[in-house]
Amino acid sequence: MEQKEIELLKLLEKNGRMDNDTISKMLDVSSAEVDEMIKKLEKEHAILGYSTLVDWSNVYEYEGVAALIDVKVTPVRGVGFDKIASRIYRFPEVKAVYLMSGAYDLSVSVEGKTMMEVSRFVSDKLSTLDTVLSTTTHFILKKYKHDGIIFDEGDDDDKRIMVTP
Amino acid sequence: MSESYLANHVKELQPSGIRKFFDLASQMENVISLGVGEPDFVTPWNVIEASYHSLEQGYTAYTANAGLIELREEIGKYLRETFSISYNPEDQILVTVGASQAIDLALRAIVNAGDEVIVVEPCFVSYSPTISLAGGVSVSVSATADNEFKVTPEQIEAAITPRTKAIVLCSPNNPTGSVLSKEELYEIAQVVQKHDLIVLSDEIYAELAYDEAVSSIASVDGMEERTIVISGFSKSFAMTGWRLGYAVGPVAIMQAMTKIHQYTMMCAPTMAQHGALEALRHGNESVREMKTSYRQRRNFVVKALNEMGLSCHLPGGAFYVFPSIKETGYSSEEFAQRLLEEERVAVVPGQVFGESGEGYIRCSYATSIKQLDEAMKRMNRFVKRNSETNEPTV
Repeated sequence: MEQKEIELLKLLEKNGRMDNDTISKMLDVSSAEVDEMIKKLEKEHAILGYSTLVDWSNVYEYEGVAALIDVKVTPVRGVGFDKIASRIYRFPEVKAVYLMSGAYDLSVSVEGKTMMEVSRFVSDKLSTLDTVLSTTTHFILKKYKHDGIIFDEGDDDDKRIMVTP
Repeated sequence: MSESYLANHVKELQPSGIRKFFDLASQMENVISLGVGEPDFVTPWNVIEASYHSLEQGYTAYTANAGLIELREEIGKYLRETFSISYNPEDQILVTVGASQAIDLALRAIVNAGDEVIVVEPCFVSYSPTISLAGGVSVSVSATADNEFKVTPEQIEAAITPRTKAIVLCSPNNPTGSVLSKEELYEIAQVVQKHDLIVLSDEIYAELAYDEAVSSIASVDGMEERTIVISGFSKSFAMTGWRLGYAVGPVAIMQAMTKIHQYTMMCAPTMAQHGALEALRHGNESVREMKTSYRQRRNFVVKALNEMGLSCHLPGGAFYVFPSIKETGYSSEEFAQRLLEEERVAVVPGQVFGESGEGYIRCSYATSIKQLDEAMKRMNRFVKRNSETNEPTV
């Protein structure tokens, strides 16, 4: 992949709303070329979507809990872990699924409105799946940093003095 | 107490022109500052953590006058690998309190009363005052826009007199961002050798070059014995507040500088030296990332300035651009003052860096792209408005 494409991906990964004009100036290419690059990267599934990082704890009256669940499963001949993973990741309350090395097999991130809701998902939906051997649920108490962004830190926090030589 | 108590040579020193803008800008709200001469990054975390750790371990005492030997060894290794110049950590490398102290020590070590030292303007505001404080006379040579603010060997030669002792060079340059190529350094070196001068080579921005790698004039044949290379951690590792720099050079000069340093400073701060050690050992990736970000912002700002009619060459290094504001008909100072008052953008008028900076402004792009974008919009508005009403008379 070209160096400029990698730079473009890194810029968009940090700020999905950065406009083409700004990007084109930064990468020293035309706006049309930025368009083309983005289309190409979308087509190649290098870019899968554009989302916004929300700190829900700052949203008034919003209730929500999140949990990370360690799941042990029995892999199935021929399809390995993929089939069971797909059974799990299709639930809308599941936000992320990773196949892990180490003590368990799948790491599942789940969000719900209440602890009860998440618990019910685990006991009713997840642990009852055929090949699931065990689950360990960890509720998230506080998010400090997510996807490279520190939550309690504004981006306008410049500690430098105004004019220096 | 009356001013008459002050030393004459200090009374004669002019306060820096930058001060005035600092005072003006800091009284206002909602100002976007492109006037900051330091990185917008916070020091890489591993460096901060290493410094913490050194404090926890109780490294709170003085170090050797010249600095921690491990640090001097790492500096030696870095210079050898990056610029192919080689210095003995035992007696040719001195760790200082910022590059600023290194400049001061170098000048005090070599300048006799009345000796002339050539400075290439526009340049960092401290060179001339530091030369005066060392008892020398600063002689200005003006680099001009038609040569992308790079000094020529002919200009240097024309300024040399029997009293000329040294020349201060800074590449990549503050305030213009210009970088002297290997060939240009070679040509300058020939003049320097012909007239038996010493070079103070301020290479504090050497890591921040975006198009081609920077060369050190000390790497030119015959120059190692007459060059004092000055650098530090402030710009490359975003460590300005740590105040840590270094100087390397011929043994006799480094011994003299170390002697002054020993009497006036003892040693550079110990915790900062431990941080710097980590920076040199494991800081490459951070430098690479910061460099990519500066390059992107440089491209952005140069494009935006040229589009709004402030012509500006693409500087090879540092984090400054030095566009011409002559189209507006204002002087640098008027431009900067009005821009600040009308649009709340702080830039530094070019003439504070020397007469040949008149007609230009220094904009630092070491600020977030969001802020830069807004600053360019405001400046564009300002330029459009002022070019109409302030058409230069023909």
